Amino acid sequence: MDNENNILEVRNLQVNFKTYAGDVKAIRNVSFDLRKGETLAIVGESGSGKSVTTRTIMGLNASNADIVSGSIMYKGQDLLKKSEQEMEGIRGQDIAEIFQDPMTSLDPTMKIGRQIAEPLMVHKGMKKDKAWAQALEMMKLVGITDAESRINDYPHQFSGGMRQRIVIAIALINYPEVLIADEPTTALDVTIQAQILNLMKELQDKISTSIIFITHDLGVVAGMADRVAVMYAGKIVEYGTVDEIFYNPKHPYTWGLLSSMPTLDSSGDELPSIPGTPPDLLDPPTGDAFAARNAYALKIDTEQEPPFFKVSDTHYAATWLLHPDAPQVTPPAQIVERQKKYAKMQQALAQAQQTTGPVEEEEEQQ
Amino acid sequence: MAKYLAKRIFYLILTLFIVITVTFFLMKLLPGTPLTNQAKLSQSQIALIYKQYGLDKPEWQQYLLYLAGAVKGDFGTSFQFSDQPVSYLLSSRIGPSLQIGLQAMVVGVVLGILVGAIGAMRQNTWVDTTTTVVSILGISIPSFVLAVLLQYYLGLKAQLFPIAEWGGFIYTVLPTLALGATPLAESARFVRTEMVDVLSSDYIELAKAKGLSRMGVIYHHALRNSLIPLITIVGPLAVNIMTGSMVVENIFSIPGIGEQFVKSVLTNDYPTIMGLTIIYSFMLCVVLLFTDILYGIVDPRIRLTGKAN
Repeated sequence: MDNENNILEVRNLQVNFKTYAGDVKAIRNVSFDLRKGETLAIVGESGSGKSVTTRTIMGLNASNADIVSGSIMYKGQDLLKKSEQEMEGIRGQDIAEIFQDPMTSLDPTMKIGRQIAEPLMVHKGMKKDKAWAQALEMMKLVGITDAESRINDYPHQFSGGMRQRIVIAIALINYPEVLIADEPTTALDVTIQAQILNLMKELQDKISTSIIFITHDLGVVAGMADRVAVMYAGKIVEYGTVDEIFYNPKHPYTWGLLSSMPTLDSSGDELPSIPGTPPDLLDPPTGDAFAARNAYALKIDTEQEPPFFKVSDTHYAATWLLHPDAPQVTPPAQIVERQKKYAKMQQALAQAQQTTGPVEEEEEQQ
Repeated sequence: MAKYLAKRIFYLILTLFIVITVTFFLMKLLPGTPLTNQAKLSQSQIALIYKQYGLDKPEWQQYLLYLAGAVKGDFGTSFQFSDQPVSYLLSSRIGPSLQIGLQAMVVGVVLGILVGAIGAMRQNTWVDTTTTVVSILGISIPSFVLAVLLQYYLGLKAQLFPIAEWGGFIYTVLPTLALGATPLAESARFVRTEMVDVLSSDYIELAKAKGLSRMGVIYHHALRNSLIPLITIVGPLAVNIMTGSMVVENIFSIPGIGEQFVKSVLTNDYPTIMGLTIIYSFMLCVVLLFTDILYGIVDPRIRLTGKAN
C-alpha cells in the first residue's frame, strides 16, 4: 500500500472484453485510491467503464473479460491474484455491492429475511435463527417499518424504495469495509432517491465503511461524495475533491458534464450538451479520446495522450490545456461562474480562518 | 384455499360431464359394431344381443341411461369380457399404468432438470451441445420407436431386462425409459433455456456478490426460479405419457389401462371406452389442479392465499 489511509488501491488497471469483432478496451489504464471512511464518486456517461471497474474489483466480470494488467490492492493483497474461492470469502464480507435496479436484484422466490441473512450464514457459518435475528436488526436499521412481520415477505410485496433498502441491508449485514454502490438510485424516483442517499450517508457513519459511488448523476455526487473521479472512454480524466471538481474543473469533459447539468441559476432556453458520441473502444483513438467532441481540442490532443497535470495536491486532470505551453482558453460561461463562486468561497474561508480560527472543513462544504 | 379447491372441483365435475357427453356421441360414430363375428349371426340374434346390452334404444336414451348409471358409480359391463363390470375391469388394471406413468414422469422430470441445469451451467460448451442434442432426440423419437429399440438392445442383445410381460420392478424399467424420454427431453430443454436466462439476472449477480459459491448460487437461487416455467409443461407431459402409454403398454404387453383402451376401441367395447375416457380425463384434471397448486408453492408471487400487506 502506498498510503496507509488507503483501503483500496487500483493501479494501472486494463480490462479488455473479447468479442467476435475484436477486443473491446473497456478499461484503459485506470488508477485510483479509496481512502478509509471516504466516499469516492466515479462519474461518467454510459459505457465509460465505471461498472466494469467495480465488477473487476468484485471479481464478477463476465467470462469474456480479460484483465490485461494492473493490480487491486486490498489490505496489502492483490485481489486480481486471488482464486475464485478466496474471492468468494471476500465478496459480501469485506467488499459488498449495492446494485442499480432494486426491482430485479432480489430473488423473487426467497423470503427477504433469508436473503438478508444469507451473507451471515455463508461467511460466519451462522445458524438460521441467529442470522435471522441479525437480519431483523439490519432491517430496522435501514428503516423498514414493521420489520418483524415483513421479514417473512417476498420481494414483490415491497415498493422500489423499500427493496433498495433491503438491498442495502444485504450489502451491509457483514459490515463490509468497502461498499460499492453502482448507481443505487438510478431506478428510483427523485423523492425516494433522496431518502436512500440520506440512509447511505447515515449508515456510512454508523458502520464506518468506505464507499465507491458509481453514478452518472452529478447532482447526487455533490451531496454524497468526498472525492470525485471523472471517467471517459475507459480512463479517468480528472479527479479531485468534490469542491475542486464542481467549482474548479480543468478537463473540458468535466466542463461539458457540469454545463449540461441544470442548476437553479440556469437561464436561457437550451441546456448545453456534449456533442457527438463516445469513441468505439474496439479501436480507441490515439491521443485524448475526448478530442473529437472537444471544442477546446489542441492539435497534440489527436497525437499524444495527455498525462495527468497537477492542479493541487488532491486535484489532477489529464488535459494538454494544463501544459505550460498550452494557449490560454476561457471555459464555458457556466464554468467561469462556478470558478468565481469557488474563489469567493475560498476567500471567505480564508477570512473566517483569520478571524475565528480554523473552521471544520465539513461545515464549510455545506 | 378451501373455497378455491371447491371451485376447482366443481369445474372438474363440469369438465368430466362435457367429456362424457362428447365422447359418448363421437364413440357412436365409430365404424363397426361391438359384435365380433357379425357375419355369422342372424338378424334376430343381433337384435337379441342389442336388446340385452340396451343398444336397441335411441342414442339419446342410451346416453341418459349411461349418465344416470355413472352418477351412481355404475359404468356398465364390458362387452368384451362378459359379466365383468367396467369399474372392476379397470381398477384391476390401473395399477401397472399408474406405476409406469409415475415412474416415467418422476425419472423423466428429475433427470431432465439435471440435464437442463448442467447444460445451462456449461453454456456453449460441448456439454451444453450434447445435452441439447439429447433433448432434441428425446423429443423427436416417438416413444414406441424407442420402446422397440430398448427391447432389442437392452432386452434381447444385452439381456439386461425382460423384453415384455409384467411381474415386478425389473419389468417396469424398459417401459419407464421408453415413456420417460419425452418428459426428460422436454424438461431438460425448458430448464436449460430458463436457467440460462436466470443465470444472467441481477439477483444471481447479487447472490454472487454476497459471496455464495457457484453451487450455492445454483442451488439456492437459480434452480427454484428456473423450475417455475417447468410446472407449466407438467400437464401436457402427463397427457403425453398417458397417450404414449397406450402404445407402449401394448408393445411391452403390460396389463394396464392403455393396452385395454386400444383393445376396447378396436372392438367397439362402448362401456369400456367410456370408462377409460373418464379415467384419463379425471387424471388429467387432477394433474392440472395439482400443477396450479404447485405453482403457488414454488412461486410466491402467484400464491393463492396471499396475505394482505
